[in-house]
Amino acid sequence: MLIKDVLCPFCGCLCDDLAVEVDNNKVVDVQHACKIGSSKIMGHDRIKAPMMRDDKKGEFREVSYDEAINEAAKILANSKRPLLYGWASGVCEMMKKGVLLNEEVGGIIDNTASVCHGPSALGVHEKGMPTGTLGQFANRADVVVFWGCNPVQAHPRHMSRYSVFAKGFFATKARRGRKVIAIDVRKTDTAELADEYIQVNPGMDYIVMSALRAIIAEHADVVPDNVGGVPKEKLVEIAETLKNAKFGVIYFGMGLTQSRGKYKNIDNAVSLTTELNAFTKYSIIPMRGHYNVTGFGNVCAWETGFINAVDMSRGYPYYNPGETCSNDLLMREEIDAAFIIAGDAGAHFPAQSIARMGKVPVVQIDPFHNPTTEMANIVIPTKVSGVELEGTAYRMDGVSLRMRKLVDVDFPSDEEVLDKIIAKVCEIKGASA
Amino acid sequence: MSELLIKNATVYDPINGINGDKMDIAVKDGKIVDSIGGGAQTIDAQGRLVYPGGVDAHTHIAGSKVNVGRIMRPEDSRSGIKPMTKITRPYTGYTVPNVYAMGYRYAEMGYTTAFEAAIPILKARHTHEELEEIPIIDKGGLTLFGSNWMVMDAIRENDLERLAAYVAWGLLASRGWGIKIVNPGGGEAWGFGKNVSGLDDPVPNFEVTPRQIIRSLAEANERMNLPHSIHLHCNNLGHPGNYETTLDSFDICKDIKPKRDRQALHVTHVMFNSFGGNNWGDVQSKADVIADYLNSHDHLTIDMGQMIFGSATTMTADGPVQYANARTFKARWANGDVELEDVSGVTPLYYSPQVYFYGMMWGIGQELALLTKDPWKVLLTTDHPNGGPFVNYPEVITLLMSKKKREEAISKIVPKAFEHCMIHTIDRELDWYDIAIKTRAGHAKVLGLIEQGKGHLGVGADADIAIYDIKPDETDATTEYDRVKAAFRKAAYTIKGGQIVVKDGEITATPMGRTYWVKTTVNNGGYDRMMEDLKMKFRQYYSVNMGNYMVQDEYVQHPVVVETEYAEV
Repeated sequence: MLIKDVLCPFCGCLCDDLAVEVDNNKVVDVQHACKIGSSKIMGHDRIKAPMMRDDKKGEFREVSYDEAINEAAKILANSKRPLLYGWASGVCEMMKKGVLLNEEVGGIIDNTASVCHGPSALGVHEKGMPTGTLGQFANRADVVVFWGCNPVQAHPRHMSRYSVFAKGFFATKARRGRKVIAIDVRKTDTAELADEYIQVNPGMDYIVMSALRAIIAEHADVVPDNVGGVPKEKLVEIAETLKNAKFGVIYFGMGLTQSRGKYKNIDNAVSLTTELNAFTKYSIIPMRGHYNVTGFGNVCAWETGFINAVDMSRGYPYYNPGETCSNDLLMREEIDAAFIIAGDAGAHFPAQSIARMGKVPVVQIDPFHNPTTEMANIVIPTKVSGVELEGTAYRMDGVSLRMRKLVDVDFPSDEEVLDKIIAKVCEIKGASA
Repeated sequence: MSELLIKNATVYDPINGINGDKMDIAVKDGKIVDSIGGGAQTIDAQGRLVYPGGVDAHTHIAGSKVNVGRIMRPEDSRSGIKPMTKITRPYTGYTVPNVYAMGYRYAEMGYTTAFEAAIPILKARHTHEELEEIPIIDKGGLTLFGSNWMVMDAIRENDLERLAAYVAWGLLASRGWGIKIVNPGGGEAWGFGKNVSGLDDPVPNFEVTPRQIIRSLAEANERMNLPHSIHLHCNNLGHPGNYETTLDSFDICKDIKPKRDRQALHVTHVMFNSFGGNNWGDVQSKADVIADYLNSHDHLTIDMGQMIFGSATTMTADGPVQYANARTFKARWANGDVELEDVSGVTPLYYSPQVYFYGMMWGIGQELALLTKDPWKVLLTTDHPNGGPFVNYPEVITLLMSKKKREEAISKIVPKAFEHCMIHTIDRELDWYDIAIKTRAGHAKVLGLIEQGKGHLGVGADADIAIYDIKPDETDATTEYDRVKAAFRKAAYTIKGGQIVVKDGEITATPMGRTYWVKTTVNNGGYDRMMEDLKMKFRQYYSVNMGNYMVQDEYVQHPVVVETEYAEV
């Protein structure tokens, strides 16, 4: 059976044009996807059953779902400062349960953006975000900037579907009608494909943006001969290109959000975009990683008022990044239990945070074994969303789509596991109250 | 079988002509009935004010622009906080509350229905995800068509059948209730950073004018026999001198014959479109001219878009306006272009009473309501959260009911404001019956919801009832406005579908509300022509596949589907 219009559960492009051949309840072929997406849909080694161990250095033993869920609920119910982290590789339906669970346990809910595009959110708090949907950019953009991102590797179909090679209503010449500028500290494969590559010295993005803003505001006289490794004449040339666009778009990645300057880089990039709108039309958009990390930000915002890092210990949502993000809490050794779902803290957190996770009970909910598993006390495997489960995901531009189910499996969904944990937590807390 | 009897109520039910009558109201299984048995639960209203549940025909409560507002404004979410309880989830926010506060606060004020005023089709799934999370109240939404390529292409080719077929498909795809038009044509122009200036300014690349867009959609609306009329946000919003465009826009639909007992045109938040003058120095209220038009024509209704001093989060599909606001006030700016369909923008503003044109805007909203004779023609809204948050409706009610209250408010506003408007010269004071029209009956009529049992207390209507802790017979609203405001702020009881959801201003139950949408059948050649065009646009220009575009049933868990059929006029 060939299933069409399948959504890809890999990156923030959330490509929805895949065709998947399913034979005998097994995925046998994936068409149109990139290699990474295809690999995820084809499937690989799964955690076969729930597992527990008392000693993190000990061996896991297989247990029933009920036992694992009850123990996980006990850990959360008895914790004074639990962290509920991850949420990016799942569907919105489970995220809603996550927010509810966080209310019940009075913990902190935070998602993978915390170590990724979290600073972009702070940039939005400061300056907003003039943006649009990816199709708008495909139809109109004649100047495309990739700043601190490398879609060739991280979002393999981005350039062909939306940004560089895509034809559009106004962009009839596709690649030939587009000026592509890559700005990065190293010459990535994306930079290789660009018309212009601007090499910025590491950590100097902010002043390069400031120089561009000064030139665009007709204050080129204050710009020194060389800014962050870029000659002034090059910056003047780029500023002209930017201003002369019919429609420009700036795609940015973790080269901006996680380098020196962090959220201030985004603040500055949004200011640059806003100012360019005085000349022509400009948009800016973060290149989101996980296929539904954007979904968590949306769900969390409409349910709590805040985009991530929400502390419910007061009985109402409290948000203060720098204080309530996962690594702030782990490094201060506040966290006394960690609940990691649909995200891999073990692979991405700094050593100091990992050290704290080594000292507290860790519950992991994930279909796959990953570095977080090495720190876990309880591991509960679930369905792979978008392959074994349908549900909602948000593309990097905020367009929400419904992911399809391709095959049937016996694993429970994240949502089902969370429902049971919530019920058990309420039971324990009710008994102790 | 649940039964409820409200005894000794002082009832205002304008749709049924009930004006302060002392009566009992019987409820059975969520509906108003003639009478019930003796065993029913009884509420003794003790002569207190009883209205049908409030209906809001124009508010922004769900969808990507609202959520962008939340994300952009953590400082806003830090206000209005109320911790979770055994019954309620936590409240946050003032201008952009979280989904729970949206439902709870409407219910606390005796409102039971609210319609989201702008759904972009491509983002409709998101809108419904939020609507589904808003507790208690019934909902619906209006779908954006004013800068849509499918719409403009059909209009350019003068193919009304194809236009109607697409609108029907768009309402189905977005699960929408009606046609919203925002700054017609301007959204497409904003795709390249431009705008349209007037009704006859052609939309770049599409060779149609805003006038043609409004007229054609109004005609299609009637052919489809939709419950609501077209819902128009005029061109040139917020510009000095824009009242002329507004009057011209009114005129476009003058000879449209509505198929139902309602207006042919609803024009929204007219406060922002009633400016005279040439610039911000000589800007002035033209609310009197707008009201004169309303007083001499019967084909249209409007809502006020009353401005409230303090913090606001402006959000609209009028993208160019938001960019101008952000530039003028050096404010944060979020823009949201939606491919092939529309645009939007979000900008936080602060309406200070010390800025004279804000004072003037405050005056205009009330002038529109007070200078228009027929209360059914002007609905009470704040265009939440553009003019201000909906929680301020009690403030607006008291301003309309009391000249003394207005004088007190005027004394706190920079005097220069009143060189630019006329609110200080108006003596009219509305009564309880007028307020019932402006906050529920009128909204239900304008939206086409009367036959759905909304906005009234006739037998068979939904048992959505508000009891306010005030006795009309013993209260002089013209002087006791603080008491009136307090009563409307926290209903003594809100009853939703026969269930008590608010008692003494506190939430007591959180049932899920329903979502209303319209399904129109179009059986003519226009449908095939439309589908051919639509498939081409999906293949070539949309970034999502057609098979993934339409909102699935899963996103509307409690639907009420109204079916209509296309017919030539």
